Amino acid sequence: MLKLTVNGVAHEVEADPDTPLLWVLRDHLDKTGTKYGCGIAQCGACTVHLDGQAVRSCQTRIGDVGEAKVTTIEGVSGRVAEAVQTAWRGLDVVQCGYCQSGQIMSAIGLLSTTPKPTDADINGAMDGNVCRCGTYQRIRAAIHEAARSLA
Amino acid sequence: MLKLHDLPAAPAPSRRAFLGGTAAAIVIGFSVGSGKSLRAAPLPDLSGVPAKPNAFVRIASDDTVTVIIKHLDMGQGNTTGLATILADELDADWSRVRTAFAPADANLYANALMGPIQGTGGSTAIANSWFQLRKTGAAARAMLVSAAADRWKVPASEITVEAGVVRHAASNRQARFGELAEAAAALPVPAEPKLKDPSQWRLIGTKVARVDSAAKTDGTAIYSLDIRRPGQVMAVVAHSPRFGGTVGRVDDKAARAVPGVLDVVTIPTGVAVIAKDTWSAMKGREALVVAWDDAGAETRSSDAILAEYRETAKRPGLVASTKGDAAGAIKGAAKVLEAEFSFPYLAHASMEPLNATIERAADGSYDVFAGCQLQTVEQAVIAAHLGVTTDKVRLHTQWAGGSFGRRATPGADYLAEAASIMRATGGKAPVHLVWTREDDMAGGYYRPTVYHKLKAGLDAKGAITGWTHTMVGKSILIGSPFEAMMVKNGIDSTTVEGASDTPYALPAYHFEVHNGREGVPVLWWRSVGHTHTAHAMEVFIDELAHAAGADPVAFRLGLLGGAPRLSGVLKLAAEKAGWGAAKDGFGKGRGLGVSAHESFGSYVAMVADVSAEEAKVKVNRIVAAVDVGIAVNPDVIRAQVEGAVGFALSSVLRNRITLKGGVVQERNFDTYEPTRMSEMPVVEVHIMPSTTAPTGIGEPGVPVLAPAVSNAIFAATGQRLRSLPLDLSGLRGV
Repeated sequence: MLKLTVNGVAHEVEADPDTPLLWVLRDHLDKTGTKYGCGIAQCGACTVHLDGQAVRSCQTRIGDVGEAKVTTIEGVSGRVAEAVQTAWRGLDVVQCGYCQSGQIMSAIGLLSTTPKPTDADINGAMDGNVCRCGTYQRIRAAIHEAARSLA
Repeated sequence: MLKLHDLPAAPAPSRRAFLGGTAAAIVIGFSVGSGKSLRAAPLPDLSGVPAKPNAFVRIASDDTVTVIIKHLDMGQGNTTGLATILADELDADWSRVRTAFAPADANLYANALMGPIQGTGGSTAIANSWFQLRKTGAAARAMLVSAAADRWKVPASEITVEAGVVRHAASNRQARFGELAEAAAALPVPAEPKLKDPSQWRLIGTKVARVDSAAKTDGTAIYSLDIRRPGQVMAVVAHSPRFGGTVGRVDDKAARAVPGVLDVVTIPTGVAVIAKDTWSAMKGREALVVAWDDAGAETRSSDAILAEYRETAKRPGLVASTKGDAAGAIKGAAKVLEAEFSFPYLAHASMEPLNATIERAADGSYDVFAGCQLQTVEQAVIAAHLGVTTDKVRLHTQWAGGSFGRRATPGADYLAEAASIMRATGGKAPVHLVWTREDDMAGGYYRPTVYHKLKAGLDAKGAITGWTHTMVGKSILIGSPFEAMMVKNGIDSTTVEGASDTPYALPAYHFEVHNGREGVPVLWWRSVGHTHTAHAMEVFIDELAHAAGADPVAFRLGLLGGAPRLSGVLKLAAEKAGWGAAKDGFGKGRGLGVSAHESFGSYVAMVADVSAEEAKVKVNRIVAAVDVGIAVNPDVIRAQVEGAVGFALSSVLRNRITLKGGVVQERNFDTYEPTRMSEMPVVEVHIMPSTTAPTGIGEPGVPVLAPAVSNAIFAATGQRLRSLPLDLSGLRGV
């Protein structure tokens, strides 16, 4: 049994310590907002926060999570998260939407450390998140919009 | 819930005669253009379709209006657009409008542009629904008005409707939709309800917010991969590494020993490992030992297939269209240009890999949860694989995490596989089949690899004298259930669309096609044949313009006298991009390129601003102009064109699926890398005002990107990069 705190709730999970956090979230805890896209940290669809830091859950073994607090799209909250989600909705960023949980988690991570990101900052933080529908222009605009609303 | 009418509990058993277990279960006909592509013929007049309030709208006592969506929404935003059309004619309160995906029922939900088939594709969702949903909304509105008139004993003509409220001003009475729905449902459906004058539209043409934005930004939107049925098990399948390979010997001892693995079964497409959870199933598959039988497999490399195409192109092919003596006209020309283009296989690489869940009900019927795109075909194929009649198969269409055509296989490949596993496991537990990214990318059904060879002549004044054009590519439709209606004289309209029906006024032309015969499964990929024909046509016409010493925009316009809508977007894009003025201000290594193309009845032109240096290209900005008829939701239209640029750019710059010895080499995003944030150009979209019935925009933004970029690279460097993906290694600095 491994202990895992997800969105503020403690869970006990029966899974091999090598199991990626992604599959524990999706298959053991039914937190399906976190998406599987590639399994090799190339697309960012599985992005969650570990103690507030954006990480790829497909490459995070649950045995390595330890005491760290896991936050998923279902549980993310606070001023920055609200600003990001509001901007995403206001600009109708989503198309298929499948990558957007990960995009939003990465964007929240960026704005938490860099309140006024430049375009280069956005490229740096978001280049690991693939959107096959190509919504990048609106993602960029939404991040700037969220930054403005937080200023 | 009070409803205008209930949806039918189960789809009517309309088609039973299937060939058990085979893909070709059903014969399908697109109703358009007798064997020609959608763009070859004007869209048919669909204004005669009947109103169907029973099928498309439910009004509850709490005043919510639920619009039933018969199409798959794979991100293109049709759910919002379809609901908008109906709600506007109904005069519903938009804040109370909800949507729900329709069950499979071709009688109620056929795509009017696909004959008897319920399905989504060819950018037809809005186009085929326009009159149907307007009339349905208007009919439901008339029924609510009649119900109020009866209740209040006043003439219906004195009643007005606004934002979900029915009012009789003279007697100062009003009622909400929910209060009238039950009485309205009992009334006859008016055959020819009066449609609004466009001046009365309140939602159509405005920025109605997407209905799916909230759920897709807080993790609550449910995709097929998120389906969790009680007691469900997860399955992954080991497929042959070569197309056409079959299962030989299986040693599943180690796989069965993996914790969490429940069963291993051999099915027609491979060996399925069934486990309690996805990770265990994947680990189990890793431990599986399978010897594959390659007797019937495709073992060639993609290079060898393309080399064979080049040879094939030297022989006479099937004549797709011809006019005058093109070869003779070229022979006598003052200047002759030749070009060849090759295009690789492309994977759709939707963000959500293919997957589906099938659950057996106590009565022996089945529920299927998936991103269903060709419901009528899928229902039939699943039923055939499960050995039941179609009425025993209920489809539950989910939000799809992309598709770009991949979910619409004529043989419903991955759904058939899920059904095979369900049957092999005896229906004990709901089975969720998951294709990993690697399965999805190596699983075939690619945009065909295609070879184009072109030749044209210019006279002394720079006018085109003749044009010959040979294409070689594997047909998508031959051998599919669509063949009978969409392949004529061996010519697949989806191979030649956008070329053999060119809108350019060529004095003489000759288009030929050869059908490739390799064993690699091919499929429509966002804009289908236009993905390659538009590139070959629009790059070659640009070459001719330069050879003629003409401005590329003016040269095109001179040939587009018979295509006013295409000319219109071309002029608009050029004007908005500052064509002429802007490029004069560029230094070396930066250029503007233009392209214009019609697909699926929609017209798009793009001007690309590109910087090019040694072995490197950066697309700075794209200015697009589109004519899609009436713009139902201008913001969604803009989003589709922005997205088309982001989607297509990686296929311009780098994406290709290659086979070595028949084995697909690219298996994940590391070797088949989609466009990333830092590469995304600024995209500006201009929409042509129109009063024509709307067409689609899911696909038409894609074909014009590659030629605009290629033409811009020529403007920047003087070097022509023709084949896709662009071979930047040959690009010299300037």
